[in-house]
Amino acid sequence: MSALPPYASTSQRIWHYTFRYGICGAIFVFLITPILVIIPLSFNAQDFFTFTEAMLRLDPEGFSTKHYQDFFTNNDWQLALKNSFKIAPMATILATAFGTLAAIGLSQAHVPARRAIMAILISPMIVPLIISAAGMYFFYSRINLQGYWSVVLAHAVLGTPFVIITVTATLVGFDKSLTRAAASLGATPIRTFFKVQMPLIIPGVVSGALFAFITSFDEVVVVLFLGSAKTKTLPWQMFTGLREQISPTILAVATIMIAISIVLLTVLELLRRRSERLRGITAT
Amino acid sequence: MTSALTTHDGQPLHKSLARALRREKLRSLLLIAPLLAFVLVTFVFPIADMLFRSVENSIVPDTLPGTTRTIQSWDATGDELPSEEVYTSLADDLLLAQELKIHTRLGSRLNYDQPGIASTFRKSGRQVRKLDASAHLDSFSEFNKEWGTPSAWADIKTHALWPTAFPASSIAFNNWTRYIISDEGDDADLSSMTPYGTVYSALFYDVQKFNDDQWSQLTASSSAVSHLFTGLKDQLPNFPSANYKEQFLDIDDGWGEIDNWRTIHRLSPRMVDSYYWASIDRERTVEGVEHKPANERIYVKLFIRTFVMSMVITVSCILLGYPIAYLLATLPTRTSNLLLILVLLPFWTSLLVRTSAWKVLLQQQGVINDILVWARIIGDDGRLALINNITGTIITMTHILLPFMILPLFSVMKTISPSYVRAAKSMGATDWTAFRRVYFPNTIPGIGAGSILVFILSIGYYITPELVGGTSGVFISNRIAYHISSSLNWGLAAALGSILLASVLILYWAYDKVVGIDNVKLG
Repeated sequence: MSALPPYASTSQRIWHYTFRYGICGAIFVFLITPILVIIPLSFNAQDFFTFTEAMLRLDPEGFSTKHYQDFFTNNDWQLALKNSFKIAPMATILATAFGTLAAIGLSQAHVPARRAIMAILISPMIVPLIISAAGMYFFYSRINLQGYWSVVLAHAVLGTPFVIITVTATLVGFDKSLTRAAASLGATPIRTFFKVQMPLIIPGVVSGALFAFITSFDEVVVVLFLGSAKTKTLPWQMFTGLREQISPTILAVATIMIAISIVLLTVLELLRRRSERLRGITAT
Repeated sequence: MTSALTTHDGQPLHKSLARALRREKLRSLLLIAPLLAFVLVTFVFPIADMLFRSVENSIVPDTLPGTTRTIQSWDATGDELPSEEVYTSLADDLLLAQELKIHTRLGSRLNYDQPGIASTFRKSGRQVRKLDASAHLDSFSEFNKEWGTPSAWADIKTHALWPTAFPASSIAFNNWTRYIISDEGDDADLSSMTPYGTVYSALFYDVQKFNDDQWSQLTASSSAVSHLFTGLKDQLPNFPSANYKEQFLDIDDGWGEIDNWRTIHRLSPRMVDSYYWASIDRERTVEGVEHKPANERIYVKLFIRTFVMSMVITVSCILLGYPIAYLLATLPTRTSNLLLILVLLPFWTSLLVRTSAWKVLLQQQGVINDILVWARIIGDDGRLALINNITGTIITMTHILLPFMILPLFSVMKTISPSYVRAAKSMGATDWTAFRRVYFPNTIPGIGAGSILVFILSIGYYITPELVGGTSGVFISNRIAYHISSSLNWGLAAALGSILLASVLILYWAYDKVVGIDNVKLG
């Protein structure tokens, strides 16, 4: 498939190009168009959700940044933005700390009931969000913990499976003889951890943290149940906006969030390459 | 002489190794413990607790402690209304319930199983204070003045037969105590008050059920209450019977409807299965479990719709994901890494961003309809309804879940050596045969992993169907959310949630068998 051999028949050629540019091209269009369409629409000078004639003529009159101005001046959106950036980092720190420790524990050679423990720790990723949210809603109102901390704890628990999965994946390729070598040279276990093990698994930890961050940053069901108007986050505001009166500011917010995901994706890709390089050196 | 191997400190080697192993196990457990505790406390326990609401029914026996006891002796399968005794305990229970303002809550609970009963409770709550409950209070006082004094009750309560021989009156007395405390505050002087009439009515029914042994114990000269009970047995036939039944029927016709009483009878236990029957559109009646009327059957249909739509979404993901994964796996790494970004970007983009994008694209005045009108494929008046229905949900969710299909497929396809297909072709297989007989079977684990993942995620989806599904494109999750936040029928929400969770857990278990939880890959 990768390259068409010179002896390929006409029908093989036709199929090859149809498949590659017709079928796969169309699916890629399906994947990416919704995201790309949002971006120009967010600069619409009108309050419409479709391209105006002025936009299609590329007339500068048809474009404006007024939806962005609205986003940066509107108190509702600003509060939501601030809350999102207050909740997500805290949830990320908790999820990463707990998750990394547990992943290191799970990757040891002899863990009793490993399968069962793993199943419990991964379950927040599998259980439908509506059920998790309902359970947490009753739980946090019973212990009378509402607002910021309940959302942070809920998001932390939802983020941990991602940390476990990414850190465990980096630990699979970890060469145990490195720690033995460090120990034989007189390093204490703690020194070995920070000087030898940590630098090698850090890409996994960071990408796990990014997953945890995006989980919290993007999460809306739990916030809807646990949060109040005071702790509303960006997704909360978008959700209510989409359900009630849909305002074009949402498109500006969406574009900003796409930019954020592109940044995160780039960081993640760089980390993956670094991790592959590091592990390439240590592979036995 | 042979000796066992020892370590340098003289320990036998096998002991030393066992100790090292124990220490290693302990260390790994200590590392896992914080997270495990965190997940158990803030995740597993809350969910288990919430699901327990699907069988929990304490509100009925707690609000109607007397009635749920006396109604047990009523024959729920017959056509007779309950006896006067049951109406007596109802009067007593309702007096307290309306004082605590919990009778309407109980009414709404019973209303889930017996529509209409809530108004009966509301109405009775307003009227119950006006009931004439004097009949037995007067008879007891006429028999012996002492009965109308607080000390009579203080004496009875110290007797060894309280509360075993006084089941109804002990409950009624307890209700009365709570009533007074609620009415007058914690510092109410109960020892200076005599109970109200319904407590005496309850006592009337208790006394009638005394056996000879109990009579002799109560009237024995050593008994502190002998003056209250001596001679009472002979007087009882002269006491009037209670007249609460008639009074309740005057307040509301609902108390004359046998189905209302059957509901209270059925929901008397602390744990009931009624929510589960309701969540599969059935109800328990005296003739056994029956279907609900056709216009009230919604949940089975909704479960089926959730499953069928998840299946359609999964199949669409396979159809769209397979070619892409194949292309990515066979292209040179540089190109495929570039194209992979096109898959990962939607994966990393906020769910709400993608949902709003589809909302913009699919609506009647949206981009897709505009393009179709512009291209004259459809007329301006023939704009397609692509959103707020099943179509909208399927398109949007396929887009959202597609990366979850492509990524596992891609990682499986990458490991298939191209020489397999080449070998097949060298032996004369056509392209199609080589694909069908050699390549495709090798990709089945990837299809399995991707399908289970997509299916699990899809049957629990809430946000996207809520925003683009309208009324016909919603899933069971949306109904659960409705019962939690709008209708407040938490028991039914918990029952529906348990069924949903059970199906997810079965699939999760299957996923673990097929793929192994350890092998989940992200990006």
